[in-house]
Amino acid sequence: MSGNDTNFVRKTLTPARKAPVITTGFVGLLRTRLFNSPLNIALTFASAALLWFVLEPTIRFMLIDAVWKGSDRTACLADKTGHPVGACWPFIQAKFTQLIYGFYPDDQRWRANLTFALAAILVAPLLVPKIPGKILNAALFFIAFPFLAFFLLRGGGLDGFAFYWLAELFGAAWKPSLTRFWLDFSVTTAVVTAAVIWLWGGWQNGRRAGLSSALTFAGIALVIETLHLDRGGLPLVDTREWGGLLVTLVVSITGIVASMPVGIVLALGRTSRIPLLRIFCVAFIEFWRGVPLITVLFFATYMLPLFLPGDFTIDALVRVLVGIALFAGAYNAEVIRGGLLAVPRGQREAANALGLSYWKTTGLIVLPQALRHVIPSLVNSFIALFKDTTLVLIVSLFDLLGQLRAAFADPTWATPTTLFTGFAFTGIIYWVGCFAMSRYSLFLERRLNAHRRT
Amino acid sequence: MTTDPIIRVERLNKWFGDFHVLRDVDLAVARKERIVVCGPSGSGKSTLIRCINALEEFQEGRIVVDGIELGPNLKRVDDVRREIGMVFQSFNLFPHLTVLENCTLAPIWVRNVPKKDAEASAMKYLERVRIPEQANKYPGQISGGQQQRVAIARALTMNPKVMLFDEPTSALDPEMVKEVLDTIVDLANDGMTMIVVTHEMGFAREVANRVVFMDAGQVIEVNTPEEFFGHPKHERTKLFLSQILR
Repeated sequence: MSGNDTNFVRKTLTPARKAPVITTGFVGLLRTRLFNSPLNIALTFASAALLWFVLEPTIRFMLIDAVWKGSDRTACLADKTGHPVGACWPFIQAKFTQLIYGFYPDDQRWRANLTFALAAILVAPLLVPKIPGKILNAALFFIAFPFLAFFLLRGGGLDGFAFYWLAELFGAAWKPSLTRFWLDFSVTTAVVTAAVIWLWGGWQNGRRAGLSSALTFAGIALVIETLHLDRGGLPLVDTREWGGLLVTLVVSITGIVASMPVGIVLALGRTSRIPLLRIFCVAFIEFWRGVPLITVLFFATYMLPLFLPGDFTIDALVRVLVGIALFAGAYNAEVIRGGLLAVPRGQREAANALGLSYWKTTGLIVLPQALRHVIPSLVNSFIALFKDTTLVLIVSLFDLLGQLRAAFADPTWATPTTLFTGFAFTGIIYWVGCFAMSRYSLFLERRLNAHRRT
Repeated sequence: MTTDPIIRVERLNKWFGDFHVLRDVDLAVARKERIVVCGPSGSGKSTLIRCINALEEFQEGRIVVDGIELGPNLKRVDDVRREIGMVFQSFNLFPHLTVLENCTLAPIWVRNVPKKDAEASAMKYLERVRIPEQANKYPGQISGGQQQRVAIARALTMNPKVMLFDEPTSALDPEMVKEVLDTIVDLANDGMTMIVVTHEMGFAREVANRVVFMDAGQVIEVNTPEEFFGHPKHERTKLFLSQILR
């Protein structure tokens, strides 16, 4: 048809032709990207060769030549088995509990397992945005769980509450007894609940807050009863006996969770208009960023006790946790400050103009936007922290890698491939942890930045 | 008109560093009065209305809003801001909140209004600016004109006695200017006290009770729109008008 002819009579018939070259799917990929020019053909073969030289030995070592059963080093020696030996997995099997729990006593391991399980039960719903009740869930995980985990993992009980602590503070004698304990508990409950109601603006407005407070104490009482905290609690397991993955998780999760509020407070302080506060925060951040983590850990472990008065001691692990939280907090502070600077000034002005106070403006408008900007950098530092926790080795805490190195020393398992097997195993554990964090942060980014998609 | 001023600005002086940006500014705004402030850029118009809302500090003089004095140290900032709604040139909607959440945030968190009531009243204001159907979208998903109308609704949810507009149409595409100006005219017809910084002279003529002309940080001329546009008195005013009304 040409021009404005509206009538048409076909004069020649169109013969069937061959379909055009496929450009989609795997075959299409081969044609259009991998083998479409001499250079690309050469690159394709070079890459394939590289892939083969990496993958083939890895698979051979990890799976094909690997030894799966055995009770000591003889199973993993090439001259005993008569074939080349790859990974010596029986070594991992033999040392597995040690790698997970360290020297945590055998009969108490259920406590570590229970802590792991509780953490998983509390974290999983927190990570899935659809599940409701986030505030309660977060309160349970971030506030209640650390205490519970402390008494579960470390053991020991409580002697009393507010009055006991006051008595301690003023050096008064306090003979622990069950009646005194529960009397102290009830009085503390009553005082705190009354204070909460008063703070929330009297009986009219504060009733619900008071109820939450009373319910919280009821929950605490339940935990005390279950774990017998009023009667000495579970047998003490000194933190020096903790080890392996348990220590890695305790240190890294505490570090990640505790460094966030530290970082936020420092970042806000550094951007504050109050000079003294700003100077303090700058000094704090620069100090902690300026010293190596190893120095921090070393000071926390060996120097701090020298400065503390007499019989006042803090657990070695707790000192390390505080050190790591402050160290990571200083790093986070700078990341978060970057996010704060990326929020336009007009946002704060608009919120101010609506009558929102500094804290409400910060909490509802500025921080939510700032933190969204810096999710990738924050996760970056969390991943770094997760792997840096292994530095606790230098203060004699045996994390996963520390425990692994201890296992290498065992002559029963001294074979040429033990070292590689061990590092491969721990490498996989670290990789899974880091990869999971990375994927979750991508998911979170996409979800929280829904408003940027137009 | 100035018998019962809701806003009194007296001998206001402000410096940005060494730069004297507001010089002895006096202004009284009566209830239900509509003031348009115009002038060349850098003349201090925006700074003036930002001082009234305490978004800027000032060094000398005093500002009294509805009997609340805002001294140079901005002590009663929150009390004053509760009386005043503000609309910005760049909208400044909260991008991470939906349109509805933008409008309920302040009532919920400043006035402790229950969420349901806040949403109902926010919808009322969104209807008033004629975009209730956009309530669940994010600011980034609607046009500039719609965003500015949401910003107006957001300010109205706090029941302000005075509305300040800081060049509300300057950041808009030409075809969206009218929808925003219409909204402001509606508001004016309902008797809202307002101070509008704008270059829209047609709007000034239509809506203003008085036009304030500023240059170099000073009030040069204050007059009714008829007089201001018809018989400008000051040389500077004549020059300004000749440049913008061609």
